[in-house]
Amino acid sequence: MIDKLRRIKILTEEKISGVSDFDSLNEIKVKILGRKGEITQLLRGLKDLVGEERAEAGKVANDIKNILENLIESKTADLKKIELEMNLRSEKIDISLPGLPLPAGGKHPISRITDEIKDIFIGMGFTVAEGPEIETDYYNFEALNIPPDHPARDMQDSFYITEEMLLRTHTSPVQVRTMEKLAPQIPVKIIVPGKVYRKDDDATHSPMFNQVEGLMIDERITFANLKGTLMLFAQKIFGEEVRVRYRPSFFPFTEPSAEMDISCVHCQGQGCRVCSHTGWLEILGAGMVNPRVLQYGGYDPERVTGFAFGMGIERIAMLKYGINDLRLFFDNDKRFLTQF
Amino acid sequence: MGVSINWLKDYVNFTWTPEEVAHRLTMAGIAIEGVENNNNDSIIELDLTPNRGDCLGMINLAREIAALNGTDISIPKTAIKENHEEISNFITVEIADPDLCPRYTARLIKNIKVKPSPEWMQARLISSGIRPINNIVDITNYVMLESNQPLHAFDYDLLSEAKKIIIRRAETGEKIITLDDVERQLDSQMLLITDDGRPVALAGIMGGQNTEINDQTVNVLLESACFKNTCIRKSARKLALRSDASIRFEKGSDVNGVVYAVNRAVALMQELGEGEVVAGICDCHPCPTPLPQIILRPERVNYLLGTSLSTVQIREYIQKLKFEWQDQEDNMLVTIPSYRPDIEMEVDLIEEVARLNGYDNIPATLAFGDTTQGGLTPYQKFKDRIKVLMASKFYEIINYSFITPRYFDMMLLPSESELRDVVRVANPLSEEQSVMRTIILPSLLDTVSRNLARKNTNLAFFEMGSVFYPQKDGLPLEILKLGAVVAGRLETNWLKQEIDMDFYYLKGALETLLTNLGIDNLKWEEAQEPGYHPGRSAIIMSKGKELGIMGEIHPQVRQNFNIKPRACAFELDMDTLFKLSRQRVMMEQITRYPAVERDLAIVVDEQVKAVDALEVINLSGGELLQNTVIFDIYSGDQVPKGCKSMAFKMTFQSSERTLTEAEVNSRMDEVRNELKAKIQATLR
Repeated sequence: MIDKLRRIKILTEEKISGVSDFDSLNEIKVKILGRKGEITQLLRGLKDLVGEERAEAGKVANDIKNILENLIESKTADLKKIELEMNLRSEKIDISLPGLPLPAGGKHPISRITDEIKDIFIGMGFTVAEGPEIETDYYNFEALNIPPDHPARDMQDSFYITEEMLLRTHTSPVQVRTMEKLAPQIPVKIIVPGKVYRKDDDATHSPMFNQVEGLMIDERITFANLKGTLMLFAQKIFGEEVRVRYRPSFFPFTEPSAEMDISCVHCQGQGCRVCSHTGWLEILGAGMVNPRVLQYGGYDPERVTGFAFGMGIERIAMLKYGINDLRLFFDNDKRFLTQF
Repeated sequence: MGVSINWLKDYVNFTWTPEEVAHRLTMAGIAIEGVENNNNDSIIELDLTPNRGDCLGMINLAREIAALNGTDISIPKTAIKENHEEISNFITVEIADPDLCPRYTARLIKNIKVKPSPEWMQARLISSGIRPINNIVDITNYVMLESNQPLHAFDYDLLSEAKKIIIRRAETGEKIITLDDVERQLDSQMLLITDDGRPVALAGIMGGQNTEINDQTVNVLLESACFKNTCIRKSARKLALRSDASIRFEKGSDVNGVVYAVNRAVALMQELGEGEVVAGICDCHPCPTPLPQIILRPERVNYLLGTSLSTVQIREYIQKLKFEWQDQEDNMLVTIPSYRPDIEMEVDLIEEVARLNGYDNIPATLAFGDTTQGGLTPYQKFKDRIKVLMASKFYEIINYSFITPRYFDMMLLPSESELRDVVRVANPLSEEQSVMRTIILPSLLDTVSRNLARKNTNLAFFEMGSVFYPQKDGLPLEILKLGAVVAGRLETNWLKQEIDMDFYYLKGALETLLTNLGIDNLKWEEAQEPGYHPGRSAIIMSKGKELGIMGEIHPQVRQNFNIKPRACAFELDMDTLFKLSRQRVMMEQITRYPAVERDLAIVVDEQVKAVDALEVINLSGGELLQNTVIFDIYSGDQVPKGCKSMAFKMTFQSSERTLTEAEVNSRMDEVRNELKAKIQATLR
């Protein structure tokens, strides 16, 4: 009986190792270990044996049963693994095909640059102030020390609504509006992004464009602070390696006034077409708030001082993105907008 | 204006190259645009700020160089041989309007020979862009370029017998023919030089033809005067007549420079025209004023600049400018020369110190003082957030705030529409940009149209911008709007998922946005808004407030804008969105009990709207009905004509217990009964 069992074992082991599908394996399992299987059948003969022989045969039979069961189990696992691998292989796709085109969009480059500028100044403790795009002559000119017939009004040809009302030519009116609201509180630290309007339309001028204004008023604000703040700004927006210089200039609402140049971002100051071979690019106007403007705003110029600055956002965007025509900003061509 | 370096060397010594001159002047605030080198000379191109009109004169420009290199300037001498006659016997001058003409001087040269001026003078005029004419005119121009004082020469014999000059305001309707042979209509804001009642020159702008220097001129009356800058500026603008003289007067002229200039010109005329100079100068100066004096506090200089300049250094800079001063304890009382009318306050003097010191030599420091917390207001954050959300599906565009009034017709706005009540630009560049927009939609459509014309398809744009409504008093109302437009479909793809950007696409995008903002209880009410398809547009409401309009664009409007494909758009009010947005979030507990889903299909009349069915379902479904989704709409062979079938997936769930089959069934019975009763639904 033991011999028979051992023979079954050897034969079955051979069969199992040759099996390559679940059905055959199951068939073997039923045939050998099932209720009517060969081993079960054989074991029925146990009752004809006695004593030691019976005990030994019983033990051998049990061992063989266990071995074969384990073998079947591990074969099942192997088959499952093979099956999974085959399945995975059959599910292979062309990963080079493009993905489903979901809706796409993006912010306008002007918004992107405005965001960058806002972030930089908010990081320096500034808040954002806003004001109307249609302004009174008072806020747009007079309170900024530009009385009627001042030649500086020539610098900014204006769109008028009435004699007393116009499309603001700069974001500076918000300086005075903010001062009026806050005076005599200090410090005042605001930036003012927004649309402005001037009567000009060519490749380098747009009748509508965007500016960011800045104003800081406190005790002991100096021209040196203006330089330090704007240098930090220039380095943050154009990169640490950028160099700046300041030239005296004129704005009715600041004195002393300055223009800030940065080393040309295209040639690093070597001189190229972008910077008209000077190595420098003018990017903003600034200065110490004119005492008369402080007074218009309700501050005592002997007690507090301040600086103000203003820049064209399009100008910064053109330099940063290499945009060569101002009109592209308001043309809204999809091929332009999808690039940012 | 171009300035010859060689000529400049007549007045000041310097060894700088033209490029160095350009650089140093630029860094001192006298901007030089470029340097042009031609045989033996260089021309530097001035780009002056409006406050430094004085530098249009060579001598004043030389003062700048002298201040920078610490030298002195040399002003040409005016040696005149006068005859024994007396000027007062030849001419009298009366200033009727001294507010517009503070000073008027004149001299007379007799028996002059009108001929071409010498070549050197002609060359210098040409280098400055002035065409040589004859010695008399050329000398007036030459002295103007040199001293910045415009001069005018009259043919003395063409003046009327009275030989009396009166400077007065013109009368409205008065006329003068100027040197350029144009008859000019004048008004009472303009200033005239008259002689026996007749205009002979437009003060500060251009002389009159009637007294022009000509080949027969023998005796010359030379005018050197000071006119009010604003008057000249306004008149020149009104007449659209800008001359070399008016450009200078506009920027403010030197009231004390008039005498030097007239003498300099007379001396040159004598030298180059062999004339005979009548003794004396006719100088009408009704109210001479002393030179302004300004206190400069060295301590204030450092306070404002953040520098640590010594008083000695500051004095040195003032000294370099050749300004006179007296010490007043620690301060300086500085006398401002009349050629520098731009210096009116102490800060102006501080700027002089700063620019001579060099802006680049001022330290760069960050402000100390209380630290402040920067940041955005809740509304500013809200606006930024909407831009970010919109930018995930749409490209942001920016259009001009002014539009053409034709847009209102193209939008089919009725003639009585409030949106036609516009803020008008009084002086637009063109009719196309003549009114401030009251709606964003036409700008969006214009953008779509332009893109389609360039073969850009599948368009999705948004814009956040103000619209403007006129007010009875004060400034117009500025309202911030959010607009979006779509036309076409999502990009073509191999997955065969062609999604049209139609009404439901845009509605989905908008619902996603509003959900994100926490704006709920949306009601979509059928609308008949101009510009939109009457069967495909809605007013969007929430909590009784109108958020805005959404819809498909009216086919006629599309045609007006030359848009072939269907297009949909919305325009919402930002302020309302902000007010309705959720400011605070409170989490709701997630239930542990399982949900039960049921499908329900009904057949209803075609006219029944989804919202009608949903309202019935939600009401009759009770509290346990958590969610209902429409997953199919069908009309066709399978349902009776004039009907449609609608299929809903309903989710029941409780936060307290597991629901039983029986109670869900009873809810569903209730729903079915109500649908039958309320909207005559039959069950499929």
